[in-house]
Amino acid sequence: MARRLREISWPAPLAALLVAALVLGTLGAVAIRAGGFGVLRPTDLSALWFTIWQAAVSAAVSCLLAVPVARALARRRFRGRGLLISLLGAPFILPTIVAVMGLLTVFGRRGMVNAGLEGMGLPGLTIYGAHGVILAHVFFNLPLATRMILHGWQGIPAERFRLAAALGFGPGDIRRHLEIPMLRAILPGAFLAIFLVCLTSFAVALTLGGGPRATTVELAIYQAFRFDFDLARAASLGLVQVALCLGALAITARVTLPSSFGAGLDRPLPMQAPGRAAVVHDIIAITTATAFLLVPIGTVLARGLPGIGALPPSLWAATGTSVALALGSTALTLALALPLALAATRATWAEAAGMLPLTASSLVIGTGLFVILRPVVNPTALALPVTLVVNAAMSLPFALRMILPEARVLAADYDRLATSLGLAGLARLRYLTLPRLARPLGFSAGLSAAFSMGDLGVITLFAGGDQKTLPLALFQLMGAYRMDQAAAAAAVLMALTFALFWAFDRIGQHADPR
Amino acid sequence: MLTLDKLHICQGDFHLRADLTVPRGARCAIMGPSGGGKSTLLAAIAGFLPPVSGRILWDGQDITAQPPGERPLSILFQDQNLFPHLSVAQNLAIGLSPQLRLNADQQARIDQALDRTGLQGLARRKPGALSGGQQSRVALARALLRARPLLLLDEPFAALGPALKRDMLDLVDAIASEQGATVLMVTHDPEDARAFADLTLLVAEGRAHPPQPTGPLLDNPPPALRVYLGG
Repeated sequence: MARRLREISWPAPLAALLVAALVLGTLGAVAIRAGGFGVLRPTDLSALWFTIWQAAVSAAVSCLLAVPVARALARRRFRGRGLLISLLGAPFILPTIVAVMGLLTVFGRRGMVNAGLEGMGLPGLTIYGAHGVILAHVFFNLPLATRMILHGWQGIPAERFRLAAALGFGPGDIRRHLEIPMLRAILPGAFLAIFLVCLTSFAVALTLGGGPRATTVELAIYQAFRFDFDLARAASLGLVQVALCLGALAITARVTLPSSFGAGLDRPLPMQAPGRAAVVHDIIAITTATAFLLVPIGTVLARGLPGIGALPPSLWAATGTSVALALGSTALTLALALPLALAATRATWAEAAGMLPLTASSLVIGTGLFVILRPVVNPTALALPVTLVVNAAMSLPFALRMILPEARVLAADYDRLATSLGLAGLARLRYLTLPRLARPLGFSAGLSAAFSMGDLGVITLFAGGDQKTLPLALFQLMGAYRMDQAAAAAAVLMALTFALFWAFDRIGQHADPR
Repeated sequence: MLTLDKLHICQGDFHLRADLTVPRGARCAIMGPSGGGKSTLLAAIAGFLPPVSGRILWDGQDITAQPPGERPLSILFQDQNLFPHLSVAQNLAIGLSPQLRLNADQQARIDQALDRTGLQGLARRKPGALSGGQQSRVALARALLRARPLLLLDEPFAALGPALKRDMLDLVDAIASEQGATVLMVTHDPEDARAFADLTLLVAEGRAHPPQPTGPLLDNPPPALRVYLGG
C-alpha cells in the first residue's frame, strides 16, 4: 500500500485538497450561516417546486422534439448534413446570455414572431415567465438530445435492418421491433442529462424568469442575496440547491448517461428511407429544428455586427477582463484536472475529488465564499479572482470526464515501459503524458475557456462598480433596453467564445503527434 | 548471477514461490502452462510487482527495493515496447537519457546501434511506419544501448513469423554475447528453447523450479511439463 501511494506524485493530492477545501469549505460556511429552514418563505418553496417542474418539462419537451429530428438525420443524406450535426454541438458552449438575446429578438415583445402575429391581427405573446424559461432550455437542449438519440439510431447494427428487410418488415414493424426498443434504452438517460442541467439553471431564469411563478432556487439565492441581503436565507436556499444536486446525482448513479460527443456520426446509411410521406416529415423536422436554432443566432449577428465599431470603451475593457478570466480559469482547470486524471487511474479518491463540484452550484459556492471572505476583506474587491476560481471548479468535472478515459489507456499501454526506462517527472510529462493526452486536453481547455467566457453566474453576486465581465455588461445593456448595443456585445461575446474553443481544440489536435 | 532467495509473490489469490539462481551469461528459457506465472515472475524480477517476502539479488547485491528503471536489467514486453508518438531515434535516446539530452558520444552510439540492428535510414520514422520485425529491432537496439547485464524477454517476438522470430533470437544471442549479458526468455515453443537456451526454468503449480539443462529436461520432462508439451 505504501508503495502504491508513493507512485502518485504530490500535485494530485494537492489538487484534490484544493477542490475539497473549496467545495466542502464553502458548503460548510453555507450550512453554518444558514438560519435553518425556518427562514425560508413560501415563495422559496414555490421556487423549489418550479425548479423541479421546469427541469422536467424542459427535458421532456427537448426529448420529444428531438426524436423526429434525430430520425430524419439518421435516415437522410444531404449536403451540409455533417455541418448541421457539428452545429448541434454548438449550443453546448454558446453563452446563455447570447442565446437569450437571440430568443428575445425572435420571440420578444418587438421580435419577428410578435410582428407577424400583429400583422395578422392576432394578440401578441410574451417570452417572459415560465414558458420563456422552458423555451430557452429547449433551445439549448434540443440539440443535445438530438445528438444523443442520433447516436442511438446509428447504434442499431446495419445487420438488424438487413434482417428486417429480408423478413419484409414495413415501417410499423421496424418502429416496433427496432426503433422503439432503442428509444426506450436511450431516452431515460437523455431526459436525465437535460433534467440535471436545467436544475441549476440561473442565467436563463435571471433574464427570462423571475416573479413568483418563474423563479428557480439558484435565482432565489441571488435575489435573497442581492435584493434582501438576507445571507441566512440565501444560505438556507443554498442547502436546498445542494440537496437537489445530491438527489439528482444519486439518480444518475443508477442510469448510464448516453454520450453526446464522439465519432461515428457518419456511418453508411443503415436503413432504407421509407416513402414520400416520410420524406415530407423529415424535411419539416430538419428545417424547423435548423430554423429554431439558427434564426435567433443569425438575427443577433445581423443586428449586432454593424454596431461593433460603436461599442463604448468600457465594453472593450469588460471584454479584456473576460478573456483574461477565461484564460486563467482554463489554466487552473487543466492544472487541477490533469494530475487528478493521472492519479484517478490508480486511486478512486482522485476521481471523486474531481467530481465534487457537481454537488454544489456556482451560486452556492459563491455564497459560501462571500460568507467566508466578508469578515476579512471586501468581497467585491475579489469579484474577479472568485469568478476565476469558481469557473475553474465548475469546469473540472467536464474536463476530468474528457481526460480520464485517455489517461486510462495511457496508463494501461505505457506505464510499465516508461517505468522500466526510468522515465519520470517533467521528462515523462513532456515526452509521454502531454503528447499522448494532447487531444482531450485541448478539447477540455476549449470547453472550460468557453464556459468561463460565457458565464453569467457567480459574478452577479460579487460584482459592484467597474469590475465587469462581458456577459455581465451585456446583461446590464439588456436591462437598460439598449438592444442595439446589446446585440453588438452579444456578437463579440459569441465570436470570442467560439474562437477560444476552436483555438484550444486546434492546439490539442495539432500537438497530437499521431 | 541472478538469485531469487525464498521469493514469494502474490497476485490476488495466485501465489508463486521461487528459490533459485541463474548463472551469469546464461540463456535461460522460462516454460510452463499458461497462467502458470511466467510473466508474473518476470514482472517481479523487473520490479513491477513487490514480493510478499524474499529477496532478489544480482551478483550478491539486493535489488528487491530498487525502482524498475534503476535495476540492472532491460525488459521487452509482449507489446507496447515503443512510444508510437516518438521517432525511432527518440525511442532509442530515451533509453540513454529520459530527458532526451544526448552528447555527441551518445548520438554516435545510437547510430551504431541502428547499424548493428539493421535499421539504417529509419531513425526518423515513427514506429507505426515500421514492420513488426523492424519494431522488434528498435526495441532490441534500445536494450543494446542500455547495456544492462540482465535482459528479460516476455515473448516480445510472439507476433512474428517463425523465420523472423529465429532472426530476432539470433540477434538477441549475438548482442547478449557481445555484452556478456544474461537472458531470461519466456517461450511457449520447445524448439525456441532448444535452439536458444542452454538452460530452462519450469514455472508450474505455483513454483518456479531451478533451471536445468534444456535438452535433457525436454527429452525427459517432469509430469507438469509433459502435460503442457502434450504427447
